[in-house]
Amino acid sequence: MTTREPEARRTDPKGFVVRAVTMLAQLVIPLGVAAVTIFDDGGASAKIAWAMPFVILLILANLVIAYLQWTRLTYTVGDTDIRVESGVLARAARSVPYERIQDISLEQKLLPRLFGLVEVKFETGAGGKDDLSLTYLSEAEGERLRELVRERREGPAATLATDTAPDAGQRPAEAEVLFAMGPKRVLTFGLFEFSLVVVAVIGGLAQQLDFLLPFDLWDFDEWEQRLAGPGQYLSGLGPLAQFAGLLFALLTLAFVGVATGLVRTALREWNFRLERTAKGLRRRRGLLTRTDLVMPLHRVQALRLDTGFLRRHFGWHGLKIISLASDSGGANHDAVPFGRMEEIHPVVRTTGFSLPPEGTQWDRALKSYRTDKALLAALYLVPATIVAALLANNWLWIAPLAGLLFLLAEQYWRWKHDYRALGERQLYSRHGWFSPSLAIASRVKLQSVEIAQGPLAQMRGYASLHLGLAGGKLRVHGMPLSEARRWRDALAESMAGSDFSVLLEKKGAPAL
Amino acid sequence: MDGPEDLTQLDPRYKSMMRLVAGLFAIALLVAATIAEIAIPGWTGVVWAPVTLVAAYLVLYLPMRRYATRGYSIAEERLRVVRGVLFHTDTIVPFGRVQHIDVDQGPLERGFGLATLTVHTAGSHNSSVSLPGLSHSDALAMRDGIRAAIRRDTL
Repeated sequence: MTTREPEARRTDPKGFVVRAVTMLAQLVIPLGVAAVTIFDDGGASAKIAWAMPFVILLILANLVIAYLQWTRLTYTVGDTDIRVESGVLARAARSVPYERIQDISLEQKLLPRLFGLVEVKFETGAGGKDDLSLTYLSEAEGERLRELVRERREGPAATLATDTAPDAGQRPAEAEVLFAMGPKRVLTFGLFEFSLVVVAVIGGLAQQLDFLLPFDLWDFDEWEQRLAGPGQYLSGLGPLAQFAGLLFALLTLAFVGVATGLVRTALREWNFRLERTAKGLRRRRGLLTRTDLVMPLHRVQALRLDTGFLRRHFGWHGLKIISLASDSGGANHDAVPFGRMEEIHPVVRTTGFSLPPEGTQWDRALKSYRTDKALLAALYLVPATIVAALLANNWLWIAPLAGLLFLLAEQYWRWKHDYRALGERQLYSRHGWFSPSLAIASRVKLQSVEIAQGPLAQMRGYASLHLGLAGGKLRVHGMPLSEARRWRDALAESMAGSDFSVLLEKKGAPAL
Repeated sequence: MDGPEDLTQLDPRYKSMMRLVAGLFAIALLVAATIAEIAIPGWTGVVWAPVTLVAAYLVLYLPMRRYATRGYSIAEERLRVVRGVLFHTDTIVPFGRVQHIDVDQGPLERGFGLATLTVHTAGSHNSSVSLPGLSHSDALAMRDGIRAAIRRDTL
């Protein structure tokens, strides 16, 4: 390979096959559905024979277009940028300078994976929409591109990497595994991912599409009939059989919920590996769609530690990384999706952050803030309760009253479990009791500080602190005004110490 | 560096501009009130009186208050923008965090020789902080000052 002359390359030819197959699948399913609905009434075979040539023509035309698109899509790895030219009729050329490439991620969906292909995405921090992606290069080529761009970013003077190491996936032994999840852990995780939403959706679907089921899920009389076979004695019991039917329906739903959680989690998290490489944290996961992502350490903006209502009683926690690139496509940067605190500690240390030390002084929001929030929340429900009590008979006013009490209790709980603390290098915000989360932000890496006061807040003397954070938001509510000012001055002082570009370009350990 | 005392006031012409905007709105309001007054038989003044009061509040008092609560400072290499009568905010952006800077002039602003300075940061919340009501030359000077500070930092 020449080192100076950049050459235009095509994507992997197998990519064309993958595209064609995906396209066919996309085409065949609607066609099949259409066929079933249109040719429902007899004499279908004759009509299908009549339509067949058109369908084949359509498929052929699509194949030709896909082929043309493949031939016209070229990419050039230049000295200073990567250029991609595409388009059959309308040509588009895009060039991305190496300095602007924040991150490269490789993604493998099921089909490309079978062919040994990857999709290479160049994240430029442009908000995710206009990011450059090359669909389907060979694994080795993807790996090579990634290494190349990294080296380019490291030093512009470096020549093109001449050794096109073809060993895909095999990286030098520098990688140190920080966190990994085996099948057992993934399945445990899946058990906690029981999704009520899925259950609700399936329950709803069962009701909507009950004509598809061989029986009526909600018809308890029929359940009685059904049980009449093997459980003859049940039908004699009448209401008990109905109860059994209901129980069975609920158990089915619960089972489906658990199973969905298991399957979804296993698909997403299978063989999860988080490694520390020279370039940052590298995460690989996925069963059918395998993703490979590198988060440069110096671009970690903040951490979020969270857990769930149930799992926290079993000591499971999760760690998310808020980084500059995480706004692209909402791809959350789960660093440790499901682990013990002692497994999370080393990851937190690696990012250069630290968990709040023992002696941290935690403060709650002001009591006046709590009172005002509760009053505002109650504002809607108090009149409703009164009106309901006056007008409606039948104890109808219980409902708004219960809502009101719930709201007040919720406000109180929230207040009781929301804490803030300002450390020497970091600030912490703890939130929630039901599923508590803790945000850890670096004081240096904030973008702006704002003290905000609404009309009530001005009257009552408290303020909210809104912190500008790249890739996330962080707000601290209900602080006394004087303390908000003190925090702001302290934070502005820490921020002024370094320029943003210095923070970005710093290699290795972040400026902490 | 705290407190409103060391803030720079905005250009006084900004007050006139806010008055003009409020005045246009007030005229529309008064026209509507007049129509209603004509529709109601007899010159009772039930619509006119309150509307006139509201218009006076909008044109005479509110711009004064808004002008008085606004201010900025660019001391210590950071831009501080204070604004808001009801919803009061006080924002600080260190020059080192500014990604790019806009100086905008709307048609009215151009008439008054004013401009709006907007600085953008990489944050996803509060990512742009705008400061209206600067005289155009001030805004340009501030932009150049911030730009010079950024360049000094990065070089």
